[in-house]
Amino acid sequence: MSARDDILGGIRRALRRGPLPAETQAALAERVAAHRRNLIPARAASLAPAARIDLFVAMAEEVQTTVARVASNDQIPAEVARYLVAENLPAELVMAPDPGLAAIPWDSWPLLDIRRGRAEPGDAVSLTLCLAAVAETGTLMLVSGPDTPTTLNFLPDTHIVVVRAGQVVASYEDGWDLVRNRATGPLPNPPPLAGEGRVGAPAGWPRTVNLITGPSRTGDIEQRIQLGAHGPRRLHIVLVDECSGPEGFGNAPAVG
Amino acid sequence: MDATSHAFPANARAGLADPTLQRALGLARTGFPARRQQAIERLPEFEELREEGRAIKDHTLAHLDFYLELYERNVIASGGQVHWARNAAEAREAVLGICRAVGARIVTKGKSMVAEEIALNDHLEANGITPVETDLGEYIIQLRHEPPSHIIAPAIHLMKEQVADAFRAAHTELDPGRPLDDPRALCDEARTILRPHFLAADVGITGANFLIAETGSSIIVTNEGNGDLTQTLPRVHIVVTSLEKIVPTLEDAATLLRLLARSATGQEFSSYTTVSTGPRRPGDLDGPEQYHVVLLDNGRTDLLGGEFQDMLRCLRCAACLNHCPVYAAVGGHAYGWVYPGPMGAVLTPALVGLHEAGHLPNASTFCGRCESVCPVKIPLPRMMRHWRAREFAQALSPPTYRWGLRLWAMLATRPALYHAFAEIAGRALGWAGRGRGRFRFLPFAAGWTQVRDLPAPEGRSFHSLWAERQRSGGKR
Repeated sequence: MSARDDILGGIRRALRRGPLPAETQAALAERVAAHRRNLIPARAASLAPAARIDLFVAMAEEVQTTVARVASNDQIPAEVARYLVAENLPAELVMAPDPGLAAIPWDSWPLLDIRRGRAEPGDAVSLTLCLAAVAETGTLMLVSGPDTPTTLNFLPDTHIVVVRAGQVVASYEDGWDLVRNRATGPLPNPPPLAGEGRVGAPAGWPRTVNLITGPSRTGDIEQRIQLGAHGPRRLHIVLVDECSGPEGFGNAPAVG
Repeated sequence: MDATSHAFPANARAGLADPTLQRALGLARTGFPARRQQAIERLPEFEELREEGRAIKDHTLAHLDFYLELYERNVIASGGQVHWARNAAEAREAVLGICRAVGARIVTKGKSMVAEEIALNDHLEANGITPVETDLGEYIIQLRHEPPSHIIAPAIHLMKEQVADAFRAAHTELDPGRPLDDPRALCDEARTILRPHFLAADVGITGANFLIAETGSSIIVTNEGNGDLTQTLPRVHIVVTSLEKIVPTLEDAATLLRLLARSATGQEFSSYTTVSTGPRRPGDLDGPEQYHVVLLDNGRTDLLGGEFQDMLRCLRCAACLNHCPVYAAVGGHAYGWVYPGPMGAVLTPALVGLHEAGHLPNASTFCGRCESVCPVKIPLPRMMRHWRAREFAQALSPPTYRWGLRLWAMLATRPALYHAFAEIAGRALGWAGRGRGRFRFLPFAAGWTQVRDLPAPEGRSFHSLWAERQRSGGKR
């Protein structure tokens, strides 16, 4: 008997039953397909958009993320340049080949040396967009894809993320819905019970969803927190208050 | 790893006598509980979330076969593979087989207690593959050739001077005169040393905090970012995990994630929570080409449907370790296997056998703090009692102990005899101790009096005073 069948058989024996009846399986499949939300804390869910954004900024700053607010797209290059100077970093960065970032007038700041692509070992600074920003804990949600390589989020010492104010959502659950809506194919549920038809993550479901809350840290030596254990030492957010960005700016509309 | 849980009493004595360990444990005793308390005070819904977390896990365990099959289908549909492993040997072989198929020589690893459970590093090394631990704490203990002493802070038993010594001994290519006297310098050195390993590794191995049936995803929760570099840079990502980590949906995971970091480190949320689903997609510029999940049972399904099923809800947050007076006194190594503290006292006998680990469920004061802080309300003290009852039933404890218990049972189940004995013993001890009011030595009670005085009874027992009060109509 294969290990798989042995384990599944062992589970049924221990639970003193055979395979689940079809109607129970259908009910469970329905539970998965509905992916109903459980209790969501009122902290962020109860807030109007402006207060939700303020909460996001406060929670992000609490975990040593730095946040700069700018009024519009046009001010992003200047803010990035200012940040790099203030942190004594070179004016070089690697940027996600994201169409949403192409809409920003980088030419207005020609001293910024920008390469587009994935991160390589020598890259000191990366710049990306995100899919959403979760106010509840100051968490950024980024998804992988051809335009959004994951290495940008982890390899360089400094990660700069451009967040549109309209992308600030209340909860992780709001973020999951954005990932689901973004997937182009049908969602995997309800799964076929007899093993027929397509199951699994839909076309467009990303390889990775990264929830990032502050820079890398460790408390492994005497429980004294050090930033920059293996991932970025600095996480800087440029929060753009202008809600109606150009077409393609940002990956998705905010919900809620 | 080989268990040395049978040596708990000797291990514990050694731990108590180790001044450096006691200093390190002193830091942990205060830090973790205070931070957890602060975090949950900021979240009024925490108690309700605990109830929901428990219900999610119970629902999943009751339908574990359904959710595992759905999970497997979705992993395969997203281009990954699932390798079912009945025991540690099958899991080790599965990992080795994948490594060999791609000709791997260097393997980076994120922190995984399941990998510790199956002694993966030893097996890889024995087969010519170099495993490199990348979590700072795991890296330190790998250099020192010792097991983790805590499930989320593996090097919590060490002070920074010991870490510096380990680094000087291992990093001989660096200037021996370099200053290494603070955690910052040690952290930077580990970052510098490990970066090339991340880039050179052929295979990256991580654990999983959760598996998602809905999407076929695995989730890891870390603070350092080492797990993400481990699973993003090499050609192959292997998730080594166990089957009770599964939950139905991402929404269910969100509820448990709200409990996890707060219970573990007192953080609102860990720095990195990463959902991984299959290998890199066409057009992706990075990410592994292969995604494998090694799904370990190793005795867990035997716990279903019985008095230990609740243990399978465990999120591995370590709140029970952080609040346990026994763990805080003796440290994690005393427990002699991968899982220390209260959760280990329940889980270890199930996984390595009661004959090996029978001491662990006895090493408890039954203060109940573990259960009161558990994010999914696992009744740990009750399950320790279940193990004690089994130990007695299987005649695994020493004869003197068993005869003592029998004698006690005889007395305790016969109230008249018990009251008579208690009255006589109480009066006798009261009389003998009337001078000092305490005993420094008492025959048959050396276990108590060696380390503290025994207060002398007042003379009369509560029972007899109560009976007298009842007789006098409650007036006194």
